[in-house]
Amino acid sequence: MIQEFTITAFSENQIGLLNRITNLFTRRHLNIESLTVGESAIKGVHKFTIVVRTTREQVEKITKQIEKLVEVLKAFYLAEDEVIHQEIALYKVRTESLTQSNRFEAIMREHNARILELTPRYTVIEKTGHKEDTQKLFHELDQFGVLQFTRSGRIAVTRSNYEYLTAYLKEIEKLNEQNS
Amino acid sequence: MEPKTKQMGKSEKQTTPTITGAEAVVKCLLEEGVRDIFGYPGGSIMPVYDALYDYLDKLNHILVRHEQGAIHAAQAYARVTGKAGVCIVTSGPGSTNLTTGLADAMMDSTPVVCISGQVAAGLLGTDAFQETDIIGISMPVTKWNTQVTKAEDIPAAIAKAFYIARSGRPGPVLVDITKNAQFGKLEFSYKPCTFIRSYRPHIEPDISAINQAAELINNAKKPYVLFGQGVILANAEEEFKRFIEKGDIPAAWTLLGLSALPTNHPLNVGMLGMHGNYGPNILTDECDVLIAVGMRFDDRVTGDVTRFARQAKVIHMEIDPAEINKNVKAEVAIPGSVKDTLPLLTERIKPANHSEWIHQFRELYKIEYEKVISKVLHPESKGITMPEVIHLLAEKTEGDAILVTDVGQHQMMGARYFRFNKTRSLVTSGGLGTMGFGLPAGLGAKIGCPDRTVITIVGDGGFQMTMQEMGTIFQTGAAVKIVIMNNNFLGMVRQWQELFFDKRYASTELINPDFIKLSEGFRIPATRVSERSNLSEAIDAMLAHPGPYLLEVIVEKEGNVFPMVPAGAAVSEIMLEPKKS
Repeated sequence: MIQEFTITAFSENQIGLLNRITNLFTRRHLNIESLTVGESAIKGVHKFTIVVRTTREQVEKITKQIEKLVEVLKAFYLAEDEVIHQEIALYKVRTESLTQSNRFEAIMREHNARILELTPRYTVIEKTGHKEDTQKLFHELDQFGVLQFTRSGRIAVTRSNYEYLTAYLKEIEKLNEQNS
Repeated sequence: MEPKTKQMGKSEKQTTPTITGAEAVVKCLLEEGVRDIFGYPGGSIMPVYDALYDYLDKLNHILVRHEQGAIHAAQAYARVTGKAGVCIVTSGPGSTNLTTGLADAMMDSTPVVCISGQVAAGLLGTDAFQETDIIGISMPVTKWNTQVTKAEDIPAAIAKAFYIARSGRPGPVLVDITKNAQFGKLEFSYKPCTFIRSYRPHIEPDISAINQAAELINNAKKPYVLFGQGVILANAEEEFKRFIEKGDIPAAWTLLGLSALPTNHPLNVGMLGMHGNYGPNILTDECDVLIAVGMRFDDRVTGDVTRFARQAKVIHMEIDPAEINKNVKAEVAIPGSVKDTLPLLTERIKPANHSEWIHQFRELYKIEYEKVISKVLHPESKGITMPEVIHLLAEKTEGDAILVTDVGQHQMMGARYFRFNKTRSLVTSGGLGTMGFGLPAGLGAKIGCPDRTVITIVGDGGFQMTMQEMGTIFQTGAAVKIVIMNNNFLGMVRQWQELFFDKRYASTELINPDFIKLSEGFRIPATRVSERSNLSEAIDAMLAHPGPYLLEVIVEKEGNVFPMVPAGAAVSEIMLEPKKS
């Protein structure tokens, strides 16, 4: 059964690692739905959040292959119900068309969106949510003419209490001490 | 007043001498115990070659004729010695010419350290002369790669490269060094790498899994071992032998597992897979517990994987966790080096006797012998068969030689009919199936094991893919015995065309050069044999010759390799002869 999975990988900050990771998807002819990379809570450790639609079997294999990469500390995958995730979207709309509408304030409230910047020429609106939510707002705002629209990749945290990486890092620090 | 520079020279820090990055490369190799390197100079690696010039008494550099030859030779060197093979090349075409060998080494888990020159850091990304993004190109075919742009980073990068290449599941690595880093200066000190926090090559044995496996084995009526190169790479041949002997378990090998267990060992039942032996394939679908030791269930081994050993409970002992459940689901997974896990399993299994079960293999061997083996070893036809040649080579070297092969029919015949007493004695391109591998690999094997007889068997097609290495063989004097099995065809492709494409021999017939003249052109003595009556004597002459030697054997034009599991069929559907149409 094809379903959505969120793969999270923690890695060292190494040039080219992103390439190595995406190669693993390319060779299996898998499309990456969304990808977010940035520094994690631990200094020097990078976090990849990758959304992919595939079977559990495939995602398990690909996650193992990601973890096998020399610079990857830990990789795991989670099904839709195991993560809390969000994306952020920005919309730039002509201010004139907004002020002419009596629906605008209601739309903003309904969608729990907020205004980031307001100028006589344009207004920038921000909304956080799942892809369907940000998409819905896009459709609503499009009646006023959306000048620019952009959506981030997914970020996610797990529902379980267990923090995979912290425990892992402690374990390897211990190993490192034993080694030196 | 003293000049400023001299004042600086007085500081205490000057205890470590400053050397160039290029010299550091050479010193790092020496620190890692490297004695032989295969390479080819060029613009961006010239500083390293210049530094090497002062160390030629300590480092034996073999100048190949093409970079692909360098890496195949380094691969073979690694396979026969157990050390990492090393090659050095220049940027651009020098490094792109490595890619086939990198892919080959990646597939066959061969530790190879490649050092490539690169244009100066300031020119990166400008399409400079002989600039190629070799980091990007080699990424999917290396275990790890890195680019070094500063001299002081060279020792740590090379130390890491050797550690990664050799540890865990071995593989090829590439260190790309910009020219400015080679010219730059550093205070040299070397510390071998033993730990990378994101990389855990050692896996602690999982005792509960081992207990579970032991219980399955102890209750098995028909246990069956499939072993691969993992046994050899872990140096676990003795541990492996003790395990199968205590459990009295028949053991079949993958192509790369060949020679880990002597051919004449009573529990060695033969080869698995597409051109493997009859019994080992048929009985895969009859065993009750299947123990895979250091192998990865390649599709050439499993045939149709959905119908592979479905009745059996599978125990998978494997160093690479990503291989577990990749192709065949494991009932019990034992990740880790088989060097660690096999003794723990052996301790826990009961001594057993499975003579009836082993007898089934013998019975099926008799059928195979009658229908296939006797026919190719004692043919009624006039033409010489490949198995005849290989059988004779095995007899005359008494199983002590290293056999190097190219890819195709002769490779399968070599695996089927050669004999091995010692481990690390077969060098072949398994996973990638690289034609052209054989000749440079023969050179590398001989450099690695100068005291052993090295025979390279190669087809007339594969020979012509890398035959320029005849020049290297002559220059080094490496006493490689080259046997061309000439059928004037790309034999394996032709066999498939015969069996599956209505004998439409599209682009498989070769009109060949005179291999004898060619060899003599390279100043390597050569003989051609086309009559069976001359074969034995010609092999004797080749083996007796002190230097390199080429023997061309004209073999049957349309010989086939049987048995055969047709592509997509289940292993139990193995055919002993072509289907009568």
